[in-house]
Amino acid sequence: MPDKTTHTTEVVIKGIPASPGIAIGPAFLFSKQAPVIREKSIGQEEIPAEIARLEQAVVRSHKELRKILEFAQSKLGEDKAKIFEAQLMILEDSVLFDSVYGRIRSELRNADYVVYDEIGKYHRMMLSARDEYTRERAHDVEDVRNRILRNLQEERLISRLEGSSIIISQNLTAADTLVLSRNDVLGYATDIGGITSHTALLARALKIPAVVGARTISQTVRPSDRVIVDGYSGIIILNPSDETIRELEQKRELFKQFEERLAELRELPAQTLDGHRVDLSANIEFEQELAFTRLQGADGIGLYRSEVLLIGKEVFPSEEEQFEQYRLIAETMYPQPVIIRTFDIGGDKLMVNSTKENNPFLGWRGIRVMLDRPELFLDQLRAILRASTRKNLSVMFPMVSSIKEVRNAKRFVEQAKDQLRKANLPFDEKIKVGVMVEVPAAAVIAEDLAKEVNFLSIGTNDLIQYLLAVDRGNDVVSGLYQEFHPAVLRFLRRIIERGKRKDVWVGMCGEMAGDPLATILLLGLGLDEFSVVPKVLPEIKKIIRSVKYKDAKKVAKHVMTLETEDEVKEYLRGVMKERFPDIPIG
Amino acid sequence: MIEREVTIRNRAGLHTRPAASLVKLAAKYKAEFFIDKEGFEINGKSIIGVMTLAADQGSKLLLRFTGEDEEAMSDAIVELFEQGFGEPS
Repeated sequence: MPDKTTHTTEVVIKGIPASPGIAIGPAFLFSKQAPVIREKSIGQEEIPAEIARLEQAVVRSHKELRKILEFAQSKLGEDKAKIFEAQLMILEDSVLFDSVYGRIRSELRNADYVVYDEIGKYHRMMLSARDEYTRERAHDVEDVRNRILRNLQEERLISRLEGSSIIISQNLTAADTLVLSRNDVLGYATDIGGITSHTALLARALKIPAVVGARTISQTVRPSDRVIVDGYSGIIILNPSDETIRELEQKRELFKQFEERLAELRELPAQTLDGHRVDLSANIEFEQELAFTRLQGADGIGLYRSEVLLIGKEVFPSEEEQFEQYRLIAETMYPQPVIIRTFDIGGDKLMVNSTKENNPFLGWRGIRVMLDRPELFLDQLRAILRASTRKNLSVMFPMVSSIKEVRNAKRFVEQAKDQLRKANLPFDEKIKVGVMVEVPAAAVIAEDLAKEVNFLSIGTNDLIQYLLAVDRGNDVVSGLYQEFHPAVLRFLRRIIERGKRKDVWVGMCGEMAGDPLATILLLGLGLDEFSVVPKVLPEIKKIIRSVKYKDAKKVAKHVMTLETEDEVKEYLRGVMKERFPDIPIG
Repeated sequence: MIEREVTIRNRAGLHTRPAASLVKLAAKYKAEFFIDKEGFEINGKSIIGVMTLAADQGSKLLLRFTGEDEEAMSDAIVELFEQGFGEPS
């Protein structure tokens, strides 16, 4: 018989690492009883009271959720708080509640049962959905239902804990995870959930270690067990030995030091040991990312995707609206430079076009759209120019495939400048103009392009797709999408060399720029700017700061002699393992 | 009654935000509005119903409108679908 009160030997349970960090402490078993529902008949005369009782429960639930939403917004930001908005909307779903109230009246059954049954129908359907997103949403639906039921039964929820502990539960809803975090929570471990589950997303945002999908953890753990949650490797250890605790404490210290070292890098330039300086900047979409970007030690914004301003809009944002946004970014980043890419909208989507294209990737997209829609293009260019008065903005055109397009686009820039001059509005007369090199044709004519502009920025994602004729989104061929395909590498070398021959700087804002495996190679090829997602910035900086430019050139030279992607990757992995054993590479 | 077929165009599918836009737009009209996906039908004015659809990119949906302003409503709703809810495709 196993000991029922506590484990005497170490038990290791494997789950999914959901939020990094190591937590050591006592377990708190958080078990929420599913509400017990009794089906009851009610009399005709009891209907008004039953309806009123449900209405009150809905109002209370609404209040609770509003509070949670506000707490989430302050703690996690607007974006992550959205999951609670969905729950609020369900409480406001009049179709749903019309049928609930209708059923109470016609079936003469208690509100608890009807709510349970009616919402249960939707819940079951969502649970059986094929996609994970919908199955996750099923938890939201269940959470709302249980909230209403709890309020119908006028019960309160425990959300206060004694001391600091590790929360162990079969499952945690978004609200549970968040509300519990108001206590001193050391870590989370749950039976179910994946890397995209609410527990995982929220734990990461709250910077609390978590392991999810640990199947039996809530049944295995005893209330007084000591627990280790290792959010790096996804392991939960019950009743760890002193030795294990020491080991894990060491690991925690090691990771902490590594993270602190990266933080120390923040103020240091992206410069090689032998003094070759490059720019390390960030790709961003939302203004909320700016603070993090600065924190990570970026030299500027290498790509601002202006098309995010179109998300959720029925019409194009006005010049004024755009101006406000661009100015905010320019001011926040000042004196660091910001490159604003003009709307990169695909051929098959939204607003300007409703005709269907058979092959949108080869269709009306990027600069092609803007050149065909001068009024929209001029609005955007004027907005960018007006925001450029601090002289830290540049403008970049996507999907360029010919010199003619660049010249046309530049003509629009001049026209926008003229309009602003006439209106007596200030702007940066010498604003820099650049193009993205993401169509193979642009790579081939890189030298001529460089004569027309101030900079080139390589968009590897599309460039690789077009060059290798592989649709990355197509599962059948996605394996053929190879960043390190020798043809890709030769193309990159060519673009960089030709650009530099004409004295323009050449950057890269595709995903490859943020791949640690590619850093030394790209450095050695002479890339002037790496623009990456903010998260990987310190890592890339660390690599750049730890090598000599002349060694990076040797690496690049050797890579160019290799004939397959496998050889390239194997060689680069060897280089990385030797120099940076602590940096995880793909 | 008007029937229209639409395809989900945006990459993320009919997730919470598009579902919310759809329901909000539908609420502006009087006509009844049902969405049929592979024979499974829900009320298009209900957020919980629309969430249940699990309609991902490329899904085909049959929309049914019945009521005095069905024509205006169907045009507006179909347009929203065709624009991919203003999201990346």
